Amino acid sequence: MILLLPFLAILVIIVVALFGAAVPGLDFLFGVVFPYAAITVFLLGIIYRVLKWARSPVPFHIPTVTGQQKSLSWIKSSKIDSPHSSPGVVGRMAMEILLFRSLFRNTKMEMKSGPKLVYGSSKYLWLGAIVFHYSMLVIVLRHLRLFMQPIPQFVLALQNVDGFFQVGLPGIYVTDGLIVAALLFLFLRRLYDSRLRYISLASDYFPLLLILSIAVTGILMRYFLRVDIVSVKELAIGLFTFHPFIPRDVGVLFYAHLFLVCVLLAYFPFSKLMHMPGIFLSPTRNLANNSRMKRHVNPWNHPVRVHTYEEYEDEFRDRMKAAGLPLDKE
Amino acid sequence: MSESKLKPEELAETIKYKTPNRNWMDQKVEMKPGRFSHSGVPKSVEYLQLPNPRKWQPTDPDWQLPENWKEIILEGLRDRLNRFRSLRVFMDICVRCGACADKCHYFIGSGDPKNMPVMRAELLRSVYRHDFTLAGKILGKFAGARELTIDVLKEWFYYFYQCTQCRRCSVFCPYGIDTAEITLLVRELMNLVGVNIDWIVTPVANSFRTGNHLGIQPHGFKDSIDFAVDELESITGIKVEAPINKKGAEILFITPSADYFGTPHYYTLLGYLALFHEIGLDYTWSTYASEGGNFGSFISHDLMKSLNAKMYAEAKRLGVKWILGGECGHMWRIVHQYMDTLNGPADFLEEPVSPVTGTKFENTTSTKMVHICEFTADLIKNGKITLDKSRNDNWKVTFHDSCNPARALGLIEEPRYIIKNACNHFYEMPENTIKEQTFCCGSGAGLGTDENLEMRMRGGMPRANAVKYVKEKHGVNYLGCICAIDKATLPPLMEYWVGGVEVGGVHELVGNALVMKGEKERTTNLRGEPLDGKME
Ligand code: HEM
Ligand code: SF4
Ligand code: SF4
Repeated sequence: MILLLPFLAILVIIVVALFGAAVPGLDFLFGVVFPYAAITVFLLGIIYRVLKWARSPVPFHIPTVTGQQKSLSWIKSSKIDSPHSSPGVVGRMAMEILLFRSLFRNTKMEMKSGPKLVYGSSKYLWLGAIVFHYSMLVIVLRHLRLFMQPIPQFVLALQNVDGFFQVGLPGIYVTDGLIVAALLFLFLRRLYDSRLRYISLASDYFPLLLILSIAVTGILMRYFLRVDIVSVKELAIGLFTFHPFIPRDVGVLFYAHLFLVCVLLAYFPFSKLMHMPGIFLSPTRNLANNSRMKRHVNPWNHPVRVHTYEEYEDEFRDRMKAAGLPLDKE
Repeated sequence: MSESKLKPEELAETIKYKTPNRNWMDQKVEMKPGRFSHSGVPKSVEYLQLPNPRKWQPTDPDWQLPENWKEIILEGLRDRLNRFRSLRVFMDICVRCGACADKCHYFIGSGDPKNMPVMRAELLRSVYRHDFTLAGKILGKFAGARELTIDVLKEWFYYFYQCTQCRRCSVFCPYGIDTAEITLLVRELMNLVGVNIDWIVTPVANSFRTGNHLGIQPHGFKDSIDFAVDELESITGIKVEAPINKKGAEILFITPSADYFGTPHYYTLLGYLALFHEIGLDYTWSTYASEGGNFGSFISHDLMKSLNAKMYAEAKRLGVKWILGGECGHMWRIVHQYMDTLNGPADFLEEPVSPVTGTKFENTTSTKMVHICEFTADLIKNGKITLDKSRNDNWKVTFHDSCNPARALGLIEEPRYIIKNACNHFYEMPENTIKEQTFCCGSGAGLGTDENLEMRMRGGMPRANAVKYVKEKHGVNYLGCICAIDKATLPPLMEYWVGGVEVGGVHELVGNALVMKGEKERTTNLRGEPLDGKME
């Protein structure tokens, strides 16, 4: 069921999109209304969620440290893994966000007879994750060519690098292949690794399938069932410049692709995809390891019941006196 | 304790790492004996004025909860979501990538899939989704949401008391999700309806009243220190001074109470006494703040604060300049990451400067508390003490990084520097089991009880396994550590899985090696064992 549901959901989404494209008159809904609505939900949703996180204070200074602290001058401290200053924290966060540093550390534990535990390095998840995320990033950036006229220089450059395997026309983008491969890997991993199957929810399969469907419809459009790219660009620029315009004959497949993207955008703020903004707010990573150098203030630091020295001495005065311990009150 | 009677090999064979094919929500918790602790006794719960004191046991069908227990917990959760950004973010962003799964010593040692850190968190996250998210409210189980029921509460009790808040999972999580934080908050929630364990509430009550978790009263404390002074005299021929509650001393020294009552902690205490004498430190012990450890931190932020308050209060009363802290694990997490926030600012203290070397401890300028390893490493570096390494030649030493000093402070090189200067034979355990990746002793955060012994042996297996490796390879026979819980719980662990390895503090090694002015020729180490010749 956990697996069936996301599949069904994707199927329904595609059917709805195809229906929308086929029924005359609905193209405005699918080509203009939904994209605007989706982008609005996406932006407002993210802002709402991030503000909600941000409204809760960070009461304690709890970085998880992964290297030598700065203490005595002659002990070399680890500036990135145990940063004691802001540049160090920025470095640490950049490593996490750009290189998935912590995931890179991943190991795989195995118990051999004896028992003997061995920990091998395990980089597959890191590799799959990096390939997927960077392909996704490149693909999103490449899409800017549809929204902008003239096409920005960096987009053209990206396109050139990505398409360096120029085999006939249209040029093949490396990231198209990579993203599908990485998504399949991430998906199959969930299916075939019994531990992952155990922890996976429907909401873990769904985004993978959703993004996969987006990628596949995109690839189909580009390489196999060509759509009229000029019309697509007219529509995109129309959306981008707030002069919505529905060209004729954009193709059914395009509407399916667009609608899937709309679903992804609208789904984003309510899902685990919020890990993107979330990673910036994670208090175990974004704080410096300078807890004893700088006082961290907790806005709700409420008073608690304490047992004062006076109460303590009152209770034990006789015994303290007998033992010859100094007293505040005789 | 059925299974703990098993031989180590037999126990290892029960670990299957098999995950059932069923939805985890459909599986009720089965409380296996040997894997959980007794509940808090009413006397201690009452003394601390905590909710719902009563006689009960986790295996009782009826937990005698207040009628509105569910609302209390959900309201408590709402309140904490608003007070802790960590909780909010950690509830929302886990992608269930599984990177943390096999990083937990309890998962490794039990194979129980709900001991994967991600699952431990999901036990709470499922309830969070059900009551606090739109998707959970609408889609229910399909969105991974479930209602809080008594079975869920029982599952919480079982699994959140199978987490030692060691934070190893957090090192590997791409977002740094810290299960220890979640565990502490869930324990807070359970405590709101009187669900807790005795080896937390009773030590907390003791610490509250007497200043230390063992409940030792001031005269008992003094006897103990006096006894140690005599013992040190018989070993070194020197009678050291050990001032207690002395106003106007320069430094207040606070260490876990097990150091003056437990073995092998005691030998480390002798090491402190010898060291402080040799450098002529103007310091004092305190009976009121006679506990470095903080059992409150295992169950709630408020109790953590309540117990921790004694450190600054006593420093202020005695008029010392700064505080020096002994070998302890979680005590140091609290001192490093919480104390200043909870009970500071320590504006009545001075920025710590070593009276012996003049070194300013730049990393402690606000909290004003220095770790004994920072202090001693500085002494050695500046040549202020003489260490005769050969007096530790009986020992082949390895070092167990305690979770908190490693992952909260990054106190990694200081103890190693001391050890290397105090003994000739030092060997590291394999890379994936030390420093920031260190494995827990398996008995921290209040779980070091006899009735929980099987789970402790399971959870300690990864640590023990790494020790066994260096024992077989290098003949290691001394497991050094800087934590009182380690010193209490590693010995039975070593006995069970390894054999022939003693556990001791870093300052025990220092005390052995320390050449003291005017001492008699040492014939034994601090344990009273002959120095010459090998230990069997
Ligand atoms: C700051 C930006 C981001 C960072 C640092 C980041 C990081 C990560 C990491 C470390 C993982 C875990 C490894 C894995 O399971 O693949 C992950 C998973 C995932 N990310 Fe991102 N991510 C970012 C943005 C995004 C965006 C924009 C999307 C898509 C809309 C996305 C989609 C996903 C998905 C679907 C998974 C789960 C993969 C699975 O189920 O196996 N991420 N992300
Ligand atoms: S490593 Fe982090 S994100 Fe991945 S499953 Fe564990 S807690 Fe979740
Ligand atoms: S904090 Fe330690 S004991 Fe708790 S889940 Fe993480 S690895 Fe396991």
